[in-house]
Amino acid sequence: MALPKRDELLKDVNYDRMPSKHWMDTKPEFRPGTYCYAAEPSVVEDLGLPNPRKWQPHDEDWKLPPNWKEIVLNAIKDRMERFRSFKLFMDICVRCGACADKCHFFLGTGDPKNMPVLRAELMRSVVKGEFTRSGKIFGRLAGARPLTYDVIKEWFYYYYQCTECRRCSVFCPYGIDTAEITILAREILHEIGVNIDWILKPVRFSAFVGNHIGLQPHTIQENIEFLLDDIEEITGIRPEVPINKKGAEILFVTPSADFFADPGIYTFMGYVLLFHYLGLDWTLSTYASEGGNFGLFTSHEMMRKLHAKIYHEAERLKVKWILGGECGHMWRVVHQYEDTALGPAPKNLEVPKSPITGTVFEHAKSTKIVHICEFTADLIAHGKLNLDPSRNDHLIVTFHDSCNTSRGMGIFEEPRFILRHVCNNFYEMPENTIREKTFCCGSGSGLNTDEYMEMRMRGGFPRANAVEYVHEKYGVNRMACICAIDRAVLPTLMKYWVPEVSISGVHELVGNALVIPGEKKRTTDLRFEPLKGVEEEA
Amino acid sequence: MNVVAALVAVIGMVIVVWFGVGVLKLYTLFGVLVPYAALLTFLIGLIYRMVNWAKSPVPFKITTTCGQQKSLPWIKHSRLESPANNFEVVLRMALEVLAFRSLFRNLRADLRGRKLYYGSSKWLWLGAILFHWSFFIILVRHLRLFTYPVPGPIKVLDAVDSFFHIGLPHLYMTDVAILAGLTFLILRRLVDAKVNYISHASDYFPLFLILGLISSGMLMRYFLRVDLVSVKEFVMGLATFHPKAPKGIGVIFFVHLFFISALVAYFPFSKLVHMVGVFFSPTRNLPNDNRRVRHINPWWEGVPPKFLTYCEWQEKFKEQLEQAGQPIDEDCYKEKKS
Ligand code: HEM
Ligand code: SF4
Ligand code: SF4
Repeated sequence: MALPKRDELLKDVNYDRMPSKHWMDTKPEFRPGTYCYAAEPSVVEDLGLPNPRKWQPHDEDWKLPPNWKEIVLNAIKDRMERFRSFKLFMDICVRCGACADKCHFFLGTGDPKNMPVLRAELMRSVVKGEFTRSGKIFGRLAGARPLTYDVIKEWFYYYYQCTECRRCSVFCPYGIDTAEITILAREILHEIGVNIDWILKPVRFSAFVGNHIGLQPHTIQENIEFLLDDIEEITGIRPEVPINKKGAEILFVTPSADFFADPGIYTFMGYVLLFHYLGLDWTLSTYASEGGNFGLFTSHEMMRKLHAKIYHEAERLKVKWILGGECGHMWRVVHQYEDTALGPAPKNLEVPKSPITGTVFEHAKSTKIVHICEFTADLIAHGKLNLDPSRNDHLIVTFHDSCNTSRGMGIFEEPRFILRHVCNNFYEMPENTIREKTFCCGSGSGLNTDEYMEMRMRGGFPRANAVEYVHEKYGVNRMACICAIDRAVLPTLMKYWVPEVSISGVHELVGNALVIPGEKKRTTDLRFEPLKGVEEEA
Repeated sequence: MNVVAALVAVIGMVIVVWFGVGVLKLYTLFGVLVPYAALLTFLIGLIYRMVNWAKSPVPFKITTTCGQQKSLPWIKHSRLESPANNFEVVLRMALEVLAFRSLFRNLRADLRGRKLYYGSSKWLWLGAILFHWSFFIILVRHLRLFTYPVPGPIKVLDAVDSFFHIGLPHLYMTDVAILAGLTFLILRRLVDAKVNYISHASDYFPLFLILGLISSGMLMRYFLRVDLVSVKEFVMGLATFHPKAPKGIGVIFFVHLFFISALVAYFPFSKLVHMVGVFFSPTRNLPNDNRRVRHINPWWEGVPPKFLTYCEWQEKFKEQLEQAGQPIDEDCYKEKKS
């Protein structure tokens, strides 16, 4: 099915018109463009996950195991016993509706089940209906219902229409985090073999090769060589990229998309130029070659399994600390899960200390992992970088706060501080769409697949709408971000909603502005696009 | 349908009391047994709830960060929105509980054509604050019925609340405020399409119940005057566990007493437990210090992760590594031998 035209997409969306039927009586329609395909049996099998089989969500029969109901109920009980968050969130929602119009998927579809409160209620109603006496007696009056086959289909549809962005949690008076419920709902669905291919394929690659798309060690190196060729052509300098170097001071881990995918590669070029400029003693690993973690979108166990290689590699290489690249969900894991899941950090790691400024990163003294924006902001604050922001004058820049780094970490000032030093034209989007209130790209949590395009464009609409505003008002033509999924999906979103705006990582702009001793006069940016003023000269 | 069910339930209660007390004269049942049973249910239920929540561990520190983290020393972190230690967490929680901080953020999204607009929307916050604070003050004011002599602070509260000396007995400001708040909350549920759609009967029920509670109280105070001396005598009896069957008190008092009993008994088993639950919320009651202080997950501690180790990986890609000139780690083989 073709994607509707930009001006057509939202014509039926109305936040104040609800269906006449009670929500327990409506069923999702598996319309192409609004759901993701099921995982191939071989992938499920390789990962040792339950119930590998050929099936698709639009099939009538999902070929669930015969005792699916028992499995699901046991899984719910198990999660209640292990997660206070889950148990509590099932109990205390007052249905005040403060979260209702905070979700980008509701704003882009008008579908009431995309209101975070109803998304959670899809699970809550079953918990009440199956586990409480009052729920069994009063049924719908108490918001309770039994678990049925249709409920499973509904869960699949709506828990894969949540990008785990946590925006709802900011507005909820009790901090109820629907993302947490989605994470656990997906975990529960996996137990009966209900899953999506776009998440499990990268998970398999990560588990068996080391990164999402299965780049093998030599391919990573070849890709990097290409990027170094480009850097050399642009700057006249060929930096060194140490690979799997034992005894380096710093292990650098970044999402693998930065090695090969436009526009992540330009961000990577920025990192490399920065490290070269500083003369940093660093190394990349072709084993721990993925910072991103699609395991987070599968289950807590899978997240842990995929992330374990980072400390493991840091220990083997005997580095002193770890520097992490620009990535959203990688940083959700690094910041909020890593230490708990995989700590304490290996003994050879030390409290991170910038070899250039001497700053000790006390806030990372337990995990020993520093965000590259923290590292670079510190360099700039100490006047260690020679920057020529006018080399970004062809760009009018805004900044997109990624969900995970915003609401699961709180890194707001560092990237802004960098941007203000590396470019002259920086404009914020409207206040209600940035920082902790930032809008998701619409494709996070493993939903960045092509078959899901309509929903992605809908979910990304609130973000795009804010970009359009600054584009019209200030002529913004570049949105910087610190997330690999953003870099992968925002170009598509922009092409649909605001085609004049391109996307980049923050360190691409650093790379543009950094004046490196011995470089030649630059005439283009890292994308071979002419710098401002250069065109006229030529 | 939902609204009607809730309304019928509350009206049904009035009828039960009117019949039980007014006609059957079951003073002891409605005056003594029901309140005690309700109180017991409340205490046991609430303790059960809290123990039940506490039994499930908090495996991860999943603070929702609503402000700048504490990182570099020259960047000011947001102490209230991204608390860096337990003291700041207490501040954040206090703001949530006392001032409904998160609700204050509320916005309203409007779609016009293909443009989205966000308006500030503080009405819910205002209604909620009016309702909750009035409820709290009214509850505290009631202590004058349970104490002898009445403590000074409660007298002061009473005097302040009826400061304007409107009517006789003086009208309490909180009575007006709670009615305004409740009316708003009820209307909102009925009128706002989204909130209406998500509401169960169990969302209307406490609102009507509390409305009944307040109306019966106000009726008693301002219109169908009851004999306060007998009420106080009776309440003191209850409070000191020497209950005396009440005499000469109007049925309206028993309706009021029944409503509060029902509310109290219903409390632990309904969404009203949010009062206690909010303190347990892991997205609010944990500091954002994850990289500085390790959080322990009891069901993972001591259970090592299973994953593809470097040496296993090296075996798998040895050829490619060699071809690309990437170093082979000889330690992998040493370990195997030993
Ligand atoms: C620490 C104490 C409490 C806090 C922080 C608190 C907070 C809140 C908040 C933020 C809301 C959402 C806004 C709203 O819908 O009004 C709410 C709703 C509500 N609260 Fe409380 N509350 C507390 C105690 C209580 C108590 C003691 C009662 C009554 C017995 C109560 C009854 C209600 C009711 C009925 C609602 C739903 C209102 C509606 O349906 O619109 N709360 N509470
Ligand atoms: S804001 Fe929180 S309490 Fe209110 S409806 Fe949403 S999840 Fe429930
Ligand atoms: S976490 Fe984000 S996507 Fe999921 S329900 Fe909340 S606002 Fe919507």
